[in-house]
Amino acid sequence: MAETTGFDFAKNIRQALGDQQLRKNFKFAMGSMIQKRRLVFADEEEFEQLRAIGQAIRTRALAKLPELLAQLEARCTANGIQVHWAETTEEANATVLEIMQRHGATRMVKGKSMVSEEMHLNHFLEARGIAVTETDLGEFIIQLAGETPSHIIVPAIHKNKEQIARLFHEKIPDTPYTEKVEELNAIARRTLRQRFFDGQVGLSGVNMAVAETGTLCLVENEGNGRMCTTVPPVHIAVMGLEKVVEKLSDVPPLLRLLTGSATGQLITTYFNMITSPRRPGEKDGPLEVHLVILDNGRSRILTDPQFRQTLQCIRCGTCLNHCPVYTRIGGHAFGHVYPGPIGEILTPQMEGLQEAGVLATASSLCNACEAVCPVKIPIPGLIRELRNASYTATPTGRVPGEGFKRNLPETLAWKAWEKVNRTPALNAVVTRLAGLLGDKAPRLGPLKIWSRYRTPPRVARRSLHAMTRAQGVDNE
Amino acid sequence: MRSYPPKPETVYFFGTCLVDMVYPDAGMAAIRLLQREGLRVVYPRAQSCCGQPAYNSGFPDEARAVARKQLRLFPKDYPIVVPSGSCAGMMHRHYPALFAEDSDRALSEEFAGRVFELTEFLVHVLQIRLEDRGAPVTVTWHSSCHALREMGVIRDSKSLIRQLKNVTLLELENEHECCGFGGTFAVKQPEISAAMVADKAADIRQTGATTVLGGDCGCLMNITGALQHQRVPVTGQHIAQFIWERIHG
Amino acid sequence: MSDTARENILRKLAAAQRPAQIPETGALPIAALCQAEKIEQLKHFMEAVRGEVHVVKKDGWIARLQDLLRPRALKTLLYGPATPLGKALAAGWPPEDPGLPRLVPYAASLEDFKSDLFQLDAGITGTLGAIAENGALILWPTPEEPRLISLVPPIHIALVDARNIYCNFADALTAGAWKANMPTNALLISGPSKTADIELTLAFGVHGPREVLVLVLEA
Repeated sequence: MAETTGFDFAKNIRQALGDQQLRKNFKFAMGSMIQKRRLVFADEEEFEQLRAIGQAIRTRALAKLPELLAQLEARCTANGIQVHWAETTEEANATVLEIMQRHGATRMVKGKSMVSEEMHLNHFLEARGIAVTETDLGEFIIQLAGETPSHIIVPAIHKNKEQIARLFHEKIPDTPYTEKVEELNAIARRTLRQRFFDGQVGLSGVNMAVAETGTLCLVENEGNGRMCTTVPPVHIAVMGLEKVVEKLSDVPPLLRLLTGSATGQLITTYFNMITSPRRPGEKDGPLEVHLVILDNGRSRILTDPQFRQTLQCIRCGTCLNHCPVYTRIGGHAFGHVYPGPIGEILTPQMEGLQEAGVLATASSLCNACEAVCPVKIPIPGLIRELRNASYTATPTGRVPGEGFKRNLPETLAWKAWEKVNRTPALNAVVTRLAGLLGDKAPRLGPLKIWSRYRTPPRVARRSLHAMTRAQGVDNE
Repeated sequence: MRSYPPKPETVYFFGTCLVDMVYPDAGMAAIRLLQREGLRVVYPRAQSCCGQPAYNSGFPDEARAVARKQLRLFPKDYPIVVPSGSCAGMMHRHYPALFAEDSDRALSEEFAGRVFELTEFLVHVLQIRLEDRGAPVTVTWHSSCHALREMGVIRDSKSLIRQLKNVTLLELENEHECCGFGGTFAVKQPEISAAMVADKAADIRQTGATTVLGGDCGCLMNITGALQHQRVPVTGQHIAQFIWERIHG
Repeated sequence: MSDTARENILRKLAAAQRPAQIPETGALPIAALCQAEKIEQLKHFMEAVRGEVHVVKKDGWIARLQDLLRPRALKTLLYGPATPLGKALAAGWPPEDPGLPRLVPYAASLEDFKSDLFQLDAGITGTLGAIAENGALILWPTPEEPRLISLVPPIHIALVDARNIYCNFADALTAGAWKANMPTNALLISGPSKTADIELTLAFGVHGPREVLVLVLEA
């Protein structure tokens, strides 16, 4: 059930566009990510082949979703992984808390997990006396800053090294001010190493869960994920229910697409495949592994034949990197867990159109995202569908809040536009009148907005219709 | 790779509403280019708009009603040439989806198959040869998003410019980034749109070109509007008009 | 709570309409590289991300390892004593050589070993093989060669049998019949740990090892 959160998109946008430092940081970062990705997918034909495979793997998994989740659960359970199901983020949080309390644990170390952001897990646990340490460097940085991630893959991308240097100096005890990246990393390494050592529970997300073998797969570069999933005696993995894949053989192509799209790498430093807790005779690894499978609206999304494509997402973040809108306003302006193009289609479906439908206006439908999506989600088409749903007079229950934007002025304007454009005689009159006004039409409504930043267009004296008639161009 | 028909005797011309109202000279130039190659050009006078503005703004029924009208104005089996990647994309790529659940589905698919963007038609169907009679000039090229990503015609457009031997084509640094028009996006998210067109204008200015050419009048209207507002002395022109002027000196 | 949630979720998912056609997945063409090319490619990709790769003769690896370790002046080297690698290492290691690290066996459970583990300088493991296409080592930790050897000490030394280098990951999965036999933890490791979270500037040696030293063993 969506609650209004006081989300003011227009205000966020104005603020972001006015923040020159933010725009500079994002412009540099997104340009860099685009370049890296281009190098690793230099052969366009090969990329098209590969992402057709990616799309097939993901759509196949979604087509068989309940069976695959049941199979995943059966395999995991047989291997000793305890599987929990949560319809809501409240249930998921309660499950995590219950596991921690059962172990008397008050210290958690966390790898990066967008699902845990959906859960607002940190806030929930901290309010109950549990110390949560984010161990991914980007997440560690924003945790110190008291912020949320602004990007799916590089959460602290909105900060430059001066801002990070100041943050470390102010928030980490006994830390001198340094802007040298090597030194900042060393500070993080030293601080977090002690947390890994002391951690009682490690939490991670899941990049892909293989139903065939009951295997949880994780990608990372830093090693913090392996630390969280190996050192503490308890490992909890939280996963959106759409993240399951059918077979082990699905993993290599999807891995290649994920690392290439997310960071422009052929492969990350580590690819971690977890199938069970510590087995008899083994000397390390967690004694308990838990998997929490979260719905949070995904099951409803699956029921719509168009919108279900949203669930193909493998959370690579490349749509963000290529989006001219995201590049200019950054992630925080979106005000919700998932920003950028994927956020524009996912958030309104999860939170309802009244709360988040406005996000679907933040696109010029340039198609840059669709051209690079490794699993071929038709993002612009789905943005368009959400716009349709926002104005529809005949709700079908596809998305909560359908028709929330219906208003008389726009309805009448488009009806008038329709009438003029399907009535040649009327069109001719309107064209003639506009031609007489030229660029002197009263600056009202859309023209007023247009004219804030551009000279208004001059409608020609003689339209093409008139010219073709005058020049004797055939009319059949 | 799209398959192209052999050179026909007759083509239809779909002018687009923006060309009709704001850039009619570009429309006439395109028609003249086609006639110059020996084609008979038919301009059904009842035509209006492809429907894209409503289609992208959340009003598919209104879009369909207008599109339906266009479907019946081009009944013969002539290619339909369109001086806009955006409108061509709407008709070629989106009409079948717009009419997927509709009695006009078959008609929309047949229609869509005959739609060609102007420059792809000039290059692949007419194999047009151009002789430049103009004085030396530097230009830059704006790739509209739909010409680039829906119609895939940028290479064709640029190849026409490169045939003109006195024209130096300087490419934009961020050629593939959207100019911020996006139809109603420019008025629904005006600040973001303004930020995008400002960057596009700066990119254009940086090339030192005197003119920016494009195949899409929505983009041209947006970009030239911003250039003029900022008093940047770079003009904008539709490629059809530019070519017509160059081959006539 | 979880059972009700499970029922509700599965019921909702089952109610969703299936697409008419469920796609099968085409296979990507698999490159066929010869042995020499595989070694070359592995070396190329690992070195591109600061891995250090040496191709050595199988019967000389310990001596070569010692040569590589002396300049590093390490105090300790962690290993799994019950593996063939471990046994050979112990047999070939001089007991009191101040220029070489002392061998430390991973012989107790983590609970009893953690403090020591976090102080060690280097760890050595075998590998199941490696992948040429992206420069990744394949590790299947075992009771005899625990997971943390390749993670906690700041230097990871890995032995790769050249005959076990695969062209790509898909190859490795099929050849090794992984699906019937998944270990507790299977790992791909492509080099020293790194991050680009600060201004996208690449920095090495974050939480995992800052050095990865690979010995590719040829007959």
